[in-house]
Amino acid sequence: MTALTDDTLPMTPRAMRDEMIMFGIMAVLLAVVPFTGIYPFFVMQGLCFALVACAFNLLIGYGGLLSFGHAMFLGTAGYCAAHALKVWNLPPELGIVVGTAAACVLGIITGYVSIRRQGIYFSMITLALSQLLYFIYLQAPFTHGEDGIQGIPQGRLFGIFDLSRPTTLYYMVLIGFLAAFLLIYRTINSPFGEVLKSIRENEQRAISLGYKTDHYKWLAFVLSGTLAGFAGALKVFVAQNASLTDVHWSMSGEIVLMTLVGGLGTVFGPVVGAFVIVAMQQYLASFGQWVTVIQGVIFVACVLLFRRGIVGEVAHFFKRSL
Amino acid sequence: MSKTAVASLLLSTALSFAAISAACADDKIVKIGALSDQSGLYADLGGPGSTLAAQMAVEDSGMTGKGWKIDIIAGDHQNKPDIGVNIARQWFDVDKVDVIVDVPNSGVALAVSNIVKEKNGILLDSGAGTSDLTNAQCTPNTIHWTYDTYTLAHGTGTALTKSGGDSWFFLTADYAFGAALERDTTAAVKATGGKVLGGVKAPLSTADFSSFLLQAQASKAKIIGLANAGADTTNSIKQAAEFGITSGGQKLAALLLFITDVHSLGLKTAQGLNFTETFYWDMNDATRAFAKRFQERMKNHNMPTMVHAGVYSSLLHYFKALEALGGNPHDGAKVVAKMKDMPTDDQLFGKGSIEPNGRKIHPAYLFEVKTPAESKGPWDYYKLVSTIPAEDAFTPLDKSTCPLLKK
Amino acid sequence: MAAETPELKRTGAERESMQALYAQLLVGLINGSFYALLSLGLAVIFGMLNIINFAHGALYMMGAFVAYFLLNIWGINYWWALLLSPIVVGIFGMILERTMLKFLTGLDHLYGLLLTFGLALIIQGVFQNFFGSSGLPYSIPDQLRGGMNLGFMFLPVYRGWVVVFSLVVCLATWFLIERTRLGAYLRAATENPTLVRAFGINVPRMITLTYGLGVGLAALAGVLSAPINQVRPLMGADLIIVVFAVVVIGGMGSIMGSIITGFALGVIEGLTKYFYPEASNTVVFVLMVLVLLVKPTGLTGRAA
Repeated sequence: MTALTDDTLPMTPRAMRDEMIMFGIMAVLLAVVPFTGIYPFFVMQGLCFALVACAFNLLIGYGGLLSFGHAMFLGTAGYCAAHALKVWNLPPELGIVVGTAAACVLGIITGYVSIRRQGIYFSMITLALSQLLYFIYLQAPFTHGEDGIQGIPQGRLFGIFDLSRPTTLYYMVLIGFLAAFLLIYRTINSPFGEVLKSIRENEQRAISLGYKTDHYKWLAFVLSGTLAGFAGALKVFVAQNASLTDVHWSMSGEIVLMTLVGGLGTVFGPVVGAFVIVAMQQYLASFGQWVTVIQGVIFVACVLLFRRGIVGEVAHFFKRSL
Repeated sequence: MSKTAVASLLLSTALSFAAISAACADDKIVKIGALSDQSGLYADLGGPGSTLAAQMAVEDSGMTGKGWKIDIIAGDHQNKPDIGVNIARQWFDVDKVDVIVDVPNSGVALAVSNIVKEKNGILLDSGAGTSDLTNAQCTPNTIHWTYDTYTLAHGTGTALTKSGGDSWFFLTADYAFGAALERDTTAAVKATGGKVLGGVKAPLSTADFSSFLLQAQASKAKIIGLANAGADTTNSIKQAAEFGITSGGQKLAALLLFITDVHSLGLKTAQGLNFTETFYWDMNDATRAFAKRFQERMKNHNMPTMVHAGVYSSLLHYFKALEALGGNPHDGAKVVAKMKDMPTDDQLFGKGSIEPNGRKIHPAYLFEVKTPAESKGPWDYYKLVSTIPAEDAFTPLDKSTCPLLKK
Repeated sequence: MAAETPELKRTGAERESMQALYAQLLVGLINGSFYALLSLGLAVIFGMLNIINFAHGALYMMGAFVAYFLLNIWGINYWWALLLSPIVVGIFGMILERTMLKFLTGLDHLYGLLLTFGLALIIQGVFQNFFGSSGLPYSIPDQLRGGMNLGFMFLPVYRGWVVVFSLVVCLATWFLIERTRLGAYLRAATENPTLVRAFGINVPRMITLTYGLGVGLAALAGVLSAPINQVRPLMGADLIIVVFAVVVIGGMGSIMGSIITGFALGVIEGLTKYFYPEASNTVVFVLMVLVLLVKPTGLTGRAA
């Protein structure tokens, strides 16, 4: 079995510097968006999906675990945040906390079940679990089934910032995204991240070195799920609704696709991939029916021709780690 | 007076001037967005047909001859509320769309209706079923045109019970829409003196209904009410025929069914089904003429569904209101108020009116699907069982929970 | 006498509910035969190619569509479709294997899953574009129309046929793989392809044929289901996830294991539909969780 990426160079100061520069460029570019006339809701949506993809990438790119059910975190957090905001009338910051915490609890439970099997079994189990949740949400009264939770109040963050103003909302989403991104980056380069990578490369060896690999994998799963949930909670403010779309398996597929397009196991790949896919959905909307087919073609092309993804190929070309 | 105060005063004056000049500049430009499901479950009953219906409405209104410039753009919400909201928001912000039509799928319709209110646009909904659009979630910018769950439930429930089908068993799709249909129909059946013997909740998208159908058969109810939609309905109808339910003397009542569904089932399977619609192409000369023109221009040569007819007739009424206003004020609530003031009259739905909660009312019809022997040709599918007068077909105003009504 | 009446009534009611139970068991068996055919195909493919075939649901759908085309374009009836459709779809599958899947040999298993997921999206999308979503009718062949009264239920002849036929097919596949020389080669090639090649056997061709066989089984299930369900582009999309859960429960180690689990889960689902219908679409997933907690390798599976 070959590793998912062949570019896992040990972290050198140069690589670290490159990545920090890239991060700076990304942060500045995103920060000036409201002044460029680019449609802010498009970018906000892209950011939410980028965060989910990054969280997903933490699991697959560094833990070697392909979760085909990440939509369950996105959707669960969305529903819980939406319910907290609309029914309990909680302020935005607490709504986000409720959503994220719900995803965390879900991660603990589903992680406990799914990390018992590896490889493709893990993928099938996560897919089945997310389908189970889909059906539960479809029938649960608080989600309003197919109608979803609508007209969610955006409120004032910390009682000060009016989130119904697009620019304010944008910066909240951006700050949330950047903070979570840094957390993921920090995790990858921590001792914990190193152990994860060693499990991905050779689990038996990691076990023989005395690591309780299941605990590491479980923790990675919970962290990934929680961050995906954080993105789901942010998304509630952008979309102002929470619906079954976010729990459906096709959403899980899209998350996988975003990461694959950007580059599995690259730091910035998921962000690029998410924006590519969101833009594609936006601008190919006139093709309507053909969007799924195009997505399928991209899947096939990525797997057969560009296994490193956009960022991975670029990084490989420049022999840098990105 | 501080500098900022001066500045803000100047700004607000400028703004109010801008507002006045905008109000004066009622132009004759209209942009219509046909937002529908172009490829999924509802593509046949709405989808490309709704865009065509909108085009036909523009042509038939003769507005372009009177100096109006009308554009139509189409969008695919893929049955996802967030995509629907994004498209709608972008249409208002960037493309300057005035009115959105169709929007099947209740979840998407409710989400879009919120955005439409926020942007002060107009939503003329034809495809969605949820009666929430004119109840708890009504807005001054939305008109719900063609049908809703109340129509379906009361039409079918009342009419069938009256004609002797006084014991019911429900096969309900286990989600909000199915539950609402079952609840409303149960109320109608009981109010008419019928009784409900039981029901079973089948999970959404079940492929195999045999188990539930066996329970329905065992109940010995005269009518089996199918409170589900789309593929669930067609599959349960098909399998009911297989299990000999209809030939055993029990009747099937589909609570939501469109002519395109009957077409895809085929008369052999669908015969004898009862359901309510508000439009059928073969009602009178005017509907036949419309249907013929529609069918010729439709890519797959389908006949128009009631949703298509609703898109057409709601736009015609919208144009009438614009003409009465003498220009397009680009103020959704204002145009909708005008539309509510004017009585409606068109060839497809006849005379009607729009209630203050945004509910368009017109008669509904209980149909029965013909047997293959009775059908004289393609698309000759329905026979009329009874007509439900407009005032009985929709939620009575005093029972509507629409906040707009409390003044 | 008077004392006996309530007793009699109760037994009457009991008999009635027992009858209903039998009926549900039988109906469950019918669904089980679809699960069995599909999970069998997945197991066959997994055994040889080490790929979880995400496109299985889409190919099942194609099987039903081919039957529809055969009938409506060339007037070829159901019986021929039972034979031809699996062959046509099987050949299509072999082309996929030759042109794409084969390049994944030696790569992480996950790529196989991703590739076949992409293929599933393409196939379903294309069919959706051309045939819409509401589905096309395919009627039951005249020979299998009608039903029999079994005393406790009305059994449509066609349903009985599905159970019997798929049982036969499953057992034949089992026999082919576990009891014949060809099957022995197959199993050996899974364990050690180099060694089998040394015996002069064309392993790549065998892989292609195996994929064709697995896909053919999916198509066969599609033909069988065409008269029961509408022929729809998305008919396989949700089903495949349930079949995945079946496979996780049963493990893909043994052919017989996947057949038995398929039928068993159909029956369990059938019972749930009677006792607690709201949970009938989740019961398989809940069982999967329970099995994973108790026996992580699945009921019959070898360690992954």
